[in-house]
Amino acid sequence: MSVMNKILGGAAALAMTAGALAAEPAMIFDLGGKFDKSFNESAFSGAQRWAEETGGTFREIELQSEAQREQALRRFAEAGANPIVMTGFAFGNVLGEVAPDYPDTKFAIIDMVVDQPNVRSVVFNEHEGSYLVGMMAAMASKSNTVGFIGGMDIPLIRKFACGYAQGVKAANADATVVANMTGTTPAAWNDPVKGSELTKAQISQGADVVYAAAGGTGVGVLQTAADEGILSVGVDSNQNYLHPGKVLTSMMKRVDNAVYQAMTDGPEMETGFNVMGVANGGISFAMDDNNASLVTDAMRANAYEAALKIATGELMVHDYMSDDSCPALSF
Amino acid sequence: MEKMPAWADAVLVPLISLLLAAILSALVIIGIGEDPVAAVKLMVQGSLGSTYGWGYTLYYATNFMFTGLAVAVAFHARMFNIGGEGQAMLGGLGVAVVCLYMPWPHWSLALIFATLSSAVFGAAWAFLPAYLQAKRGSHIVITTIMFNFIAAALLNYLLVNVMRPKGSMDPATAKFPETTHLPTLHDILEPFGIAFSKAAPANVSLIVAIIACVAVYFLIWRTRLGYEIRAFGHSESGAKYAGISPVKITVVAMLISGGLAGMMAINNVMGEGERLIMNSTEGAGFIGIAVALMGRSHPFGVFLAAILFGFLYQGGAELALWTTIPRELIVVIQALVILFTGALDNMVRMPLEKLFLIFRKGDA
Repeated sequence: MSVMNKILGGAAALAMTAGALAAEPAMIFDLGGKFDKSFNESAFSGAQRWAEETGGTFREIELQSEAQREQALRRFAEAGANPIVMTGFAFGNVLGEVAPDYPDTKFAIIDMVVDQPNVRSVVFNEHEGSYLVGMMAAMASKSNTVGFIGGMDIPLIRKFACGYAQGVKAANADATVVANMTGTTPAAWNDPVKGSELTKAQISQGADVVYAAAGGTGVGVLQTAADEGILSVGVDSNQNYLHPGKVLTSMMKRVDNAVYQAMTDGPEMETGFNVMGVANGGISFAMDDNNASLVTDAMRANAYEAALKIATGELMVHDYMSDDSCPALSF
Repeated sequence: MEKMPAWADAVLVPLISLLLAAILSALVIIGIGEDPVAAVKLMVQGSLGSTYGWGYTLYYATNFMFTGLAVAVAFHARMFNIGGEGQAMLGGLGVAVVCLYMPWPHWSLALIFATLSSAVFGAAWAFLPAYLQAKRGSHIVITTIMFNFIAAALLNYLLVNVMRPKGSMDPATAKFPETTHLPTLHDILEPFGIAFSKAAPANVSLIVAIIACVAVYFLIWRTRLGYEIRAFGHSESGAKYAGISPVKITVVAMLISGGLAGMMAINNVMGEGERLIMNSTEGAGFIGIAVALMGRSHPFGVFLAAILFGFLYQGGAELALWTTIPRELIVVIQALVILFTGALDNMVRMPLEKLFLIFRKGDA
């Protein structure tokens, strides 16, 4: 309790003498909250890792309302926090307005591009990782039908689906991809029941591997796939452990690495456009004890070969968001 | 029948309720190992200690004034309008339509028409429940709460499929044009030499809200319609006997209520967001119920209660920013205040009434 009191007392003192403290990074989590088992949680674990390794501390806030977006950014900037890291495209608009007011503060935004001199925009090549897991899914499928379940129907998730479909077709040109989106609102990120229903519907259409790119909804997808005896593919963080021996692999989007990197770089962080892909380890697929028995040598060899080709630029996976269309899948 | 003096009814009851809520909140904070005194200091400092804090407190308060007035007007006709949330959402749509699809030379003109449009949209959303109540006896509580869900679904559809700019991932409209941006308190107070924080979202719609408070006062206590609303609220059969049409009063009171709730959108959509997003109302429609209860359905009471809730919201945000108190517990603290001032009002009132009764008997 006394430790907590000190922290709180310190925080109160800080609020009154805002601006007079040493640079400390800050982390802003989007409305989903930092324990969403997915995107925000990955960011949180990156910040945590930084804190543990350096012994440093960081400020954080989980937003409660839309009005707090700008408020949190300004308050942290005025209090001298540097850099300020935030997760989610919804910050794009606000950050574009706030960043010019604080030219000496560095900002890092994940999943969105904000063109300001003091902003680092981190985007991920999700289509590359989805391509790799798509190849593995097609090879694991016995029915030649694989499924995709997206969260909210936005271009970003179509980018996942498109990369996945391309990977599936590359491994098996005759395979069918069944794709569904959970919904059109942010609620679609957290609807495991609907995820479960969609999985059952896809199974009835013959799918025996499903890939969930749906945040918290994916928990329902993975659960149902395990219950029904088919394979699933996790997303964002390594979800293999959720159902050992039932999750083929996970497409890992290393949001934690991006956050860790930004905090490590500190106030001297380089700004600009930052693409995290297969080439620089920002995107990968998960291999561990939980899925070792599921991934055959052929799958692994194929996936690593494709990863190498993507990294060297020999293989280009089409990005849905570049032209709003997909050669391998129609929405 | 014996009654409490007016000052006890208006001041003492809410104060004791607040005190009880504060004590319970303090226990909650102690329970998770934090210091309640420091937390209160932080809340007060963060929401009232600077023009920045005031700017946010007044921004939230403006929302609550509109929704509080909306609930209060319906209360006077003894109707429980739980649909403020949906009516405010539709009000937002009204504002967005005016700001996006019509060219405006100056913000003042845009504000007038956006206010009218938001009121019309909000009132229209209240019309059907009011009509069903008046003609069919469908309970207003049930219908208005269902209309909240319909409003959310409608807005959802429009934002995702119709109003979203191409290529945008956010289910939101485009930014409103520059000429519809409302001046903030910073812009208003600058000519008078008062330095007000530039970052805070409180804007000119605060003045509209205060005008609305005055207007509602005159409506309820100084007009014939207000008299009819109150008469109907006190006794439907009495009002009928006096020649007041229950259908007309039910519908008109709900239209005014829905209009006021809809007008909230000039603050949160036009003043702050400057674009329409999916959950722009953020529960203000429901907070309005607590505000109206605490303000005893009187516009001045609503005004004060709205500022108190603004303080709670902004103070809560400051707690989230500078302490490790998780946001769920901040919601608990806010909910405790609502519970005590709104739902458990009689818990304080009845013993207090008895107490006054005993004292009065002692005098006699």
